[in-house]
Amino acid sequence: MQPVTEKSSKTDREKFSRRSMLGLVGGMVAAPRLLAQPPNRMRPQAGDELVFDEGPLQGEVVRPGLLELNARPISAMARDPATGVVRNGSRLNRVMLTRIEAQRLTPRFQPNAADGIVAYSAVCTHTGCDVFNWDEDQLRMACPCHESQFDIYDGGRVVGGPAPRPLAMLPLEIVDDTVRVAGPFRGRVGFQQAF
Amino acid sequence: MLGFISRSFACAFASIFALWGLASAQDVPPYNPVTAERLLNPEADNWLMYRGTYDSHGYSALDQIDSGNVAELELVWSFTTGLREGHQAPPVVNDGYMYVTTPQNHVLALNAVTGELLWRYVRFLPDDLQQMHPTNRGVALYGERVYMATVDAYLVSLDALTGETIWEVPVEDYYNGYYMTLAPLAADGKIMVGVSGGEWGIRGFVSAYDAMTGEEVWKTYTIPAPGEPGSESWPGDSWQTGGVPVWITGSYDPELNLTYWGTGNGGPWTGDTRPGDNLYATSVIALDAATGELRAHHQYHWNDSWDWDEVSAPLLIDFEREGREISGLVHPGRNGYLWFLERGADSIGFVDAGPYVYQDVFTGIDPVTGRPEYDMSRKPGIDFEVDFCPSLWGGKDWPPAAFNPESRLLFIPANENACSTMAGEEVQYSPGRTFIGRGQSDNGGFFLREGAEHLGELQAWNVDTGEEVWTTTFASHNWGPVLATAGNLVFMGGTNDRYFRAFDASTGEILWRYPTSSGITGVPTAFAVDGRQYIAVQSGWGVDAQRQQNMIDMVRGTDFHVPQGGSVWVFALPE
Repeated sequence: MQPVTEKSSKTDREKFSRRSMLGLVGGMVAAPRLLAQPPNRMRPQAGDELVFDEGPLQGEVVRPGLLELNARPISAMARDPATGVVRNGSRLNRVMLTRIEAQRLTPRFQPNAADGIVAYSAVCTHTGCDVFNWDEDQLRMACPCHESQFDIYDGGRVVGGPAPRPLAMLPLEIVDDTVRVAGPFRGRVGFQQAF
Repeated sequence: MLGFISRSFACAFASIFALWGLASAQDVPPYNPVTAERLLNPEADNWLMYRGTYDSHGYSALDQIDSGNVAELELVWSFTTGLREGHQAPPVVNDGYMYVTTPQNHVLALNAVTGELLWRYVRFLPDDLQQMHPTNRGVALYGERVYMATVDAYLVSLDALTGETIWEVPVEDYYNGYYMTLAPLAADGKIMVGVSGGEWGIRGFVSAYDAMTGEEVWKTYTIPAPGEPGSESWPGDSWQTGGVPVWITGSYDPELNLTYWGTGNGGPWTGDTRPGDNLYATSVIALDAATGELRAHHQYHWNDSWDWDEVSAPLLIDFEREGREISGLVHPGRNGYLWFLERGADSIGFVDAGPYVYQDVFTGIDPVTGRPEYDMSRKPGIDFEVDFCPSLWGGKDWPPAAFNPESRLLFIPANENACSTMAGEEVQYSPGRTFIGRGQSDNGGFFLREGAEHLGELQAWNVDTGEEVWTTTFASHNWGPVLATAGNLVFMGGTNDRYFRAFDASTGEILWRYPTSSGITGVPTAFAVDGRQYIAVQSGWGVDAQRQQNMIDMVRGTDFHVPQGGSVWVFALPE
């Protein structure tokens, strides 16, 4: 039988990374230097547009009319309208968007919605998986990893499974017929190591 | 060699270790280096690797604790890890030094007699990591080092005495869904690991690293590239994202210098997305320890559509069949069949196979090749929802079986009466996103067979007759790895009532049990120090044991709470 084997070789990226690491260690000893966070890794900023991150409209700016009531949430990323930079440098920036019946949203979360459109962090608070599943009967976002479920009508409250905290909510507003980020995430994005 | 980092400066900071406490030399003897010779023939007093020995028997020759006195077994010490989720690692012991790993990739070095913490390695994982399986299954020991495979896909080499990082190497990029949960295999001067990520569209592989330098020596994919043998079993580009992870430690035959690894299923889950046999998915593969060359394979079932990873490495057992001595491989499959194979330098032959739990998918097995035929009405596909048994967790998931070479009995931690409903749905590959393609089914796609009175089982099979000898049942599902000892005993937890149990190996009778603080999915081990035998295990419920509990609650309308939180437990007879 023939092998399915590759000879080992370090990729250029690994070689580069090793040099980077050596440089980093040296830097820590000599003079620590703050590294500016690249704009595509920054969390969504107030004033950012949103662009679809999947589906037939991928890459297009999110407009209110493109979101149907109680539809399966669709993933989106923020984009700096001034530079066009999509903040896709971290999966912690991903949100799930849908439109709900605005008057049914728990009142204290209503300031985060815009014309019934809500955005929740796509990252489960349990162990960090993407909350891509959707229970269309109960209108709940669900995690494929451990079946945590979140109530999109109640600020992402945990209604099933092991997740310890609600999904973070991203406040929205509508400006010039585009869905915009109104402020930073409300709540911690992602999961927290327990130790 | 300094560690090097694949992704970013942020990751470099994320992997800085912390030391908690230092070795106190007065209580533990000088460290006894783990030589290649010792790994080939470990002393009965020690438990130097995942299953104790390269043949994966999970067997201890210690017999101070036996079926006549085990009722007196008492707790010597326990130690809380401070972490939640699935604590599945064995307490690995080398002359009084104990090493355990935890979820989130901590390594604890403990005085095996007193439970005193010697040091603790804490891995600060990237905050954008996703963990479908927050667990780790233990260390490998070699020389004066401890090795761990991490959930952010690094292989880490630590100083066994201090816990200091000697090197760490990236095995793959976690951002694209690669991660590791298995205990590395130390053999032939190398440290070997396999990768998880079958639900993320990875291309699985096993890779080997020089134990001293961390340099990659070989890497063998579990899916052939176009033009390689077996590539015809994958259509189009499906080989690039076809999964086939390896997430349980391999067995090793030093005479053949072959390592035997079980492989996971192809992805997406339903096979109609990748028509063909999908080699080397759901197989055992024999890899040359020196070169990584794939020397032989046997595929347990083709074109998997049931999420039946066959990742448990086969036990190397020489058994009899009709008067013939066979150098064998024995594998209780997740597909519900118990497989007996014959191993050779360049071949894996089929001997026989049969169901050890209710299985309604296979309609027959080719007596020569072992290839199963399917009831196609029980093979899920895109928008084709079917019921099948056993469930996607199989007759036995990853918890390892054990073998007593004296009594010739194989002990299987099984689940009976649990079944699944599944349909496929279209899914597009995107790096770092789940690539499962399973549609929504009622009750989470889980059901119990009508009239089911129990779920969990511990089964004993005679490997020479191929007959089941006894079965002990549990109301709870069972996620308990098994330890067999020369004291005519079997140890196992695995149930949702938190008990750790000792069984009479001849009859299956429960002789002793102890309620730990959480459920046990950890691998039990046996060791001795200064003539006193100990039994060790971690408790810490989580991962799929918890997931299945959620499903059971859903179909029964119950809400059964199993407390989480890890602890190490060490038992012995009164002094």
